Amino acid sequence: MSGTFVGMPAFPKAAHEAVRDTTLRANLKHATHTIRDKRARAVAELDDWAQLREAGKQIKDHTLRHLEHYLVQLEESVTAAGGVVHWARDAAEANRIVTELVRETGESEVVKVKSMATQEIGLNEHLEAEDIRAYETDLAELIVQLGKDRPSHILVPAIHRNRGEIRDIFRREMGSWGRPAPEGLTESPAELAEAARLHLREKFLRAKVGISGANFMVAENGTLVVVESEGNGRMCLTLPETLISVVGIEKIVPTWQDLEVFLQTLPRSSTAERMNPYTSTWTGTTDADGPQAFHLVLIDNGRTDALADEVGRQALRCIRCSACLNVCPVYERAGGHAYGSVYPGPIGAILSPQLRGTASEIDASLPYASSLCGACYEVCPVAIDIPEVLVHLRERVVEGGEATQRGTRVTLQPAKGHAVERAAMRAARWAFTHPAALGAGQRLAARTRRLHPRSLPGPGRAWSATRDLPRFPAESFRDWWQRTNGGKDTAK
Amino acid sequence: MRVALFLTCVNDTLYPDTGRAVVKLLTRLGVEVDFPAAQTCCGQAHYNTGYRREAEPLATHYAETFGPGLAAGAYDAIVTPSGSCAAMVRELYPRMGERARAEGRGTALAAALAPVVPRTYELTEFLVDVLKVTDVGAYYPHTVTYHPTCHGLRSLGLGDRPARLLAQVRGLELVELPGAEECCGFGGTFAVKNADVSSAMGADKVRNAASTGAEVLCAADNSCLMHIGGTMSRLKVGIRPVHIAEILASTEQEPQA
Repeated sequence: MSGTFVGMPAFPKAAHEAVRDTTLRANLKHATHTIRDKRARAVAELDDWAQLREAGKQIKDHTLRHLEHYLVQLEESVTAAGGVVHWARDAAEANRIVTELVRETGESEVVKVKSMATQEIGLNEHLEAEDIRAYETDLAELIVQLGKDRPSHILVPAIHRNRGEIRDIFRREMGSWGRPAPEGLTESPAELAEAARLHLREKFLRAKVGISGANFMVAENGTLVVVESEGNGRMCLTLPETLISVVGIEKIVPTWQDLEVFLQTLPRSSTAERMNPYTSTWTGTTDADGPQAFHLVLIDNGRTDALADEVGRQALRCIRCSACLNVCPVYERAGGHAYGSVYPGPIGAILSPQLRGTASEIDASLPYASSLCGACYEVCPVAIDIPEVLVHLRERVVEGGEATQRGTRVTLQPAKGHAVERAAMRAARWAFTHPAALGAGQRLAARTRRLHPRSLPGPGRAWSATRDLPRFPAESFRDWWQRTNGGKDTAK
Repeated sequence: MRVALFLTCVNDTLYPDTGRAVVKLLTRLGVEVDFPAAQTCCGQAHYNTGYRREAEPLATHYAETFGPGLAAGAYDAIVTPSGSCAAMVRELYPRMGERARAEGRGTALAAALAPVVPRTYELTEFLVDVLKVTDVGAYYPHTVTYHPTCHGLRSLGLGDRPARLLAQVRGLELVELPGAEECCGFGGTFAVKNADVSSAMGADKVRNAASTGAEVLCAADNSCLMHIGGTMSRLKVGIRPVHIAEILASTEQEPQA
């Protein structure tokens, strides 16, 4: 994924700072609670939500099971409609293809529709290194780009910023990227939006190349779909002469009619709207209308490896709505940056270690970035059992085992740093399969209860830093039961 | 009605009062309670930390401890005062059996678990669904707020069962907990592995509980209460944690604190 995340510390370390940043905490709490409450209301309006959720799950599972077939069908449809399909195995290949396509146009700047796929491969950074400037046109992406920041949320990348911070970024940075911010810009939302509109307008009208992702690709007719709220996407999709769409291979739906399900579940889950303001669809090229050259770059970048995993593959159903982020108590406190990937929150915690493997410190820590409360699964519009995948990936981290990497079955070794824990788990398992040993341990602990420290050494220190330990009782329940014959004897 | 009490390792070791309350409550309702002494732990900490293979012998042990009594008709159900341990048995044991089979290790685990899984009940679920009582004759003259723990709420779907039971307790005033459905931040080993985030979640839960003005925060899981209570004790707020079984066991003749 994006080079900006290479060498990230493990999640607990990254979260440590975020938890102490009171402005960040307040920004995140306000934003996530607002969206989560609105989402609940929007979902409650539909009496067939459970069926829509199940239908979305079924369509995605069916498509993933027959992905080869639908990819070939999609390539045929796109080609027949006048587009050109390119296949990219990984981020480097995708970046190379896009760079060459832009070079062929002779242009040195492009306008972009908000796209997770291009962020995943670090396209903007790559283009910049090749002297091509990519302008983000989504308001929140613009804020992140101008602020030399990283996105903190899938849908609202600048969720961690408040209005005052945004005004400062606009005042400071807009001038060096194009039209400067108006004099005396305040933090009123209308003024901030107008400043962005003026700044972006000149880019839309000048750009000859547009780059997008897609929310969906329809195999039967080669149509791509982008849903958005601001209209910037439609400008980028229609005004330039060349359009390059970079899309993950899992974004296919078989038929046009399948969109019926997702165009109901996606807006409600993401922005809590019944329908998003702009739904743009495009199919190849059309004479004298819209882009005259259309390229579709299909990226794998770890997706077929994830597809090979029986439990983990359900993560590929994700439609990037971000509902799981907005309900996640861990995301709310740690913020998006702590996840070390363009995919933060619960979905990021299962997607990143599958797409990138669990070798790095951050990827090995992500499956543990959850209390397994299950709120993410409850809101997921395609019913991804995120807690199930988290636990599955934890097993991969601590015990190693079979996995697919770059198309080859490999046996992974356990990640470093879990030896003590593994030994403790095995010792506990032994005690728990020997009830007499458990009882003896309890009695020893009861006899020494006055000697127990109020805080713990080793890994337990993390517990007693902010919480008092419970007092050890004088007698375990099993000893009480035996002594009193299940409470029947008068002795208490 | 005869039941086997699965008290769980946490309650047995750290919260024996909860166990005594369950015995008192069920006995009062005419249920005969047995405590199979071989019982230990459901293996949830192992499973959720990624040690599924270490949890398997504990699932087998659970089946061997409770299975024969059910088969012989010595008891009709297994009852546990822990939402998360009940969820471990009901939701995750079948999954473990299925995974063992998929990995070519046969159907022995699934077969052993089949009789015990559907007959394991969380306490409030057992009271409302099996005994079909909501008024258990309890008296508890305190203001109480209820925290629905994640596994009780989402894995077991306890819904309003605990609230219906509490509503019938004489003297008890139930006040709503803001952000009730949010996780308290315990999450087993999560509390240690991600201590900063866990503590922040716990502190928010405690602040919400304190804002209700209640004297007691109750829940159906002592693991969560250990984390919440430890945070309450540290933050010195005027509210304390109590397991719901202790409230339901309390009567005018024998009041619980």
